[in-house]
Amino acid sequence: MADLLAIGSRRGLRPALPLLLPAYLWLTVAIFLPLSAMVFFSFMTDLPLAGKEWSFTLGNYAAFFSQSLYSTLLFASLRLGLEVTLWCIVIGYPAAYVLAKVLKGRSREAIFLLVILPFWSNGLVRIFSWAMVLREGGILDTALNAVLPFKINIDLMYSYPAVIIGLVHSYVPYMVLTCYLTLQAIDDSLIEAGRSLGASRRQVLWRVIIPLSMPGLIAGSALIFVPVVGSFMEPRILGGRTGTFYGTVIEDQFVAVFNWPLGAALSFILLAVVLIILALAAPVLRRAA
Amino acid sequence: MAGVQVANVSRSFGAHKALDDVSIDFADGGFYALLGPSGSGKTTLLRQIAGFDFPDAGRIAIGGESVERVPVEKRRIGMVFQNYALFPNMSVADNVAFGLSVRGEPKATIATEVQRALDLVQLGKLGGRKPHQLSGGQRQRVALARAIVTKPRVLLLDEPLGALDKALRVDMQIELKRIQREIGITTIFVTHDQEEALTMSDRIGILRDGRLVQEGPPEEIYDRPQSEFAATFLGDANIFRGDATGSGIRLPDGTTIAASTGASVPAGAKASCAVRPERIRISTGAAKPDAGNANTLKGQVSRRIFAGNNSTYFVDRDGQTLKVIVQNTGAERLAEGQPVVLSWSPDSTVLIAA
Ligand SMILES: Nc1ncnc2c1ncn2[C@@H]1O[C@H](COP(=O)(O)OP(=O)(O)OP(=O)(O)O)[C@@H](O)[C@H]1O
Ligand SMILES: [Mg+2]
Repeated sequence: MADLLAIGSRRGLRPALPLLLPAYLWLTVAIFLPLSAMVFFSFMTDLPLAGKEWSFTLGNYAAFFSQSLYSTLLFASLRLGLEVTLWCIVIGYPAAYVLAKVLKGRSREAIFLLVILPFWSNGLVRIFSWAMVLREGGILDTALNAVLPFKINIDLMYSYPAVIIGLVHSYVPYMVLTCYLTLQAIDDSLIEAGRSLGASRRQVLWRVIIPLSMPGLIAGSALIFVPVVGSFMEPRILGGRTGTFYGTVIEDQFVAVFNWPLGAALSFILLAVVLIILALAAPVLRRAA
Repeated sequence: MAGVQVANVSRSFGAHKALDDVSIDFADGGFYALLGPSGSGKTTLLRQIAGFDFPDAGRIAIGGESVERVPVEKRRIGMVFQNYALFPNMSVADNVAFGLSVRGEPKATIATEVQRALDLVQLGKLGGRKPHQLSGGQRQRVALARAIVTKPRVLLLDEPLGALDKALRVDMQIELKRIQREIGITTIFVTHDQEEALTMSDRIGILRDGRLVQEGPPEEIYDRPQSEFAATFLGDANIFRGDATGSGIRLPDGTTIAASTGASVPAGAKASCAVRPERIRISTGAAKPDAGNANTLKGQVSRRIFAGNNSTYFVDRDGQTLKVIVQNTGAERLAEGQPVVLSWSPDSTVLIAA
């Protein structure tokens, strides 16, 4: 990831051009063109549909700065992204470690499949099944009350924790996969060398394994943080009233309020903020990786 | 410093016995080579001593204390891996400092010890480099410096010179031996290379299929191998098989070969004799019989390989090809197809029980 962030030397690019061409062509058609249209929209007063009057304006961007609601929500979304990323590290890294360094053969394949499973299920199905688990009188509530001698009320539905749970479940496979790949590449003899030099398992973990898995941790974090900050589906379905985040507001502009220019402007502000965060983090991350 | 005692150690992987009742006493301060073909259990034995793996049966003691319950990091061993296993994210100096730093030594002590270790392996100026910026021989020396800087009781080396080319290998052999003498550490050295084992070590242990075949000083194993395997694995040997006569063997065609070293085998039992190629004299006619050439055989030169300071003759006799090495003294060279007489002393003939 650090390599991605630091645009490397340009030498040797020319022979690679024919190989890069199809990818760039696709990116131009599929991303650049629609995105430029969105940039255009974001500076308009209204959509040029049904003969409506429109003109250029900076008002959509000004709206973000004039109403504190937007920046408050943006901060909430950034915090959500940070928390989900941290949980994904806490859950995903140990799982990746066990997959890469402890399990062998058949059992590894089986567990791997379980980790990838969320990828294969439809996002909506995944979220609604969490809704069944988390609501009052749902699966978790019923199961816990069946085994516990006292009555407790589990109603996580429509709460911040529910949003976190749903997002972590959706995104943790990214962390497992990226960390698995870097851990896999760490030679077991490095671990043994560390032990033979007098380091305990824990010391080997902190001084050898984690530093060497930094590229995987960073790539995984970037893959998770960016989409989670803009997420809207999980917050809306699992969060209910508490689930208003920056992403849901943008979605509203596009599908409910039909104010595309404001939605586009809010999106580009988010993009800019995320890029600034990544740029600020780059030097630190590059040193760590 | 400490010696290592391995007593009746066995280790199986599934049905496969990687180590089968191996006992070796590694003396304090000695340089010990473990030799054996691929898959014979050399690495497995080293891993039991290091504590990366545990024996199914038997005992291992370092410095007189049993290490059964002692984890790797408490055994105070130094290990050099075949692939060096340098930490790629750390500089050379940090690699060497690792063992001292996890122990929590003060920074100043670490710096001086690291410098001393790097000087010892003649890499004093390269502390700031990363491992990938070093040559194979330099990496090997960093691995060695890292292993000895913590002052371990035992140094374990798993084919450390395997990846180096011949010239560098010889340099590193000399260097390794010098460092070992300088710090006087008990060293156990795994190698494929018999020459390396012969020239470097005080004692050699030969492993085959998880069993210890023979163990002793290089001269003893070379001069008095106790099995055909030991005779042919460490150096070259001509092997004759027949029935023991009490003072040698009788070959199937009736020829007797006298042997005055090796095992004593009761007359009539199956036995073999081993003779080193350089102990055999080759001539065009029979010399006067005396004690120095009491064993004689007739044959025919089938091939000659010239190797500068010596020549190897392959001599066919009675369905067997014998190998004879002759120093190049300027004497007349024998042609291929020429009938010759081979002769050697019973002192150079080792009797081996079948
Ligand atoms: N972890 C393991 N699981 C299963 N079998 C193993 C394991 N480690 C070693 N073996 C087997 O034990 C035997 C001895 O292996 P070992 O690595 O000790 O051989 P070696 O003498 O070091 O060989 P080489 O010279 O090729 O390194 C081999 O047959 C190997 O396949
Ligand atoms: Mg080995």
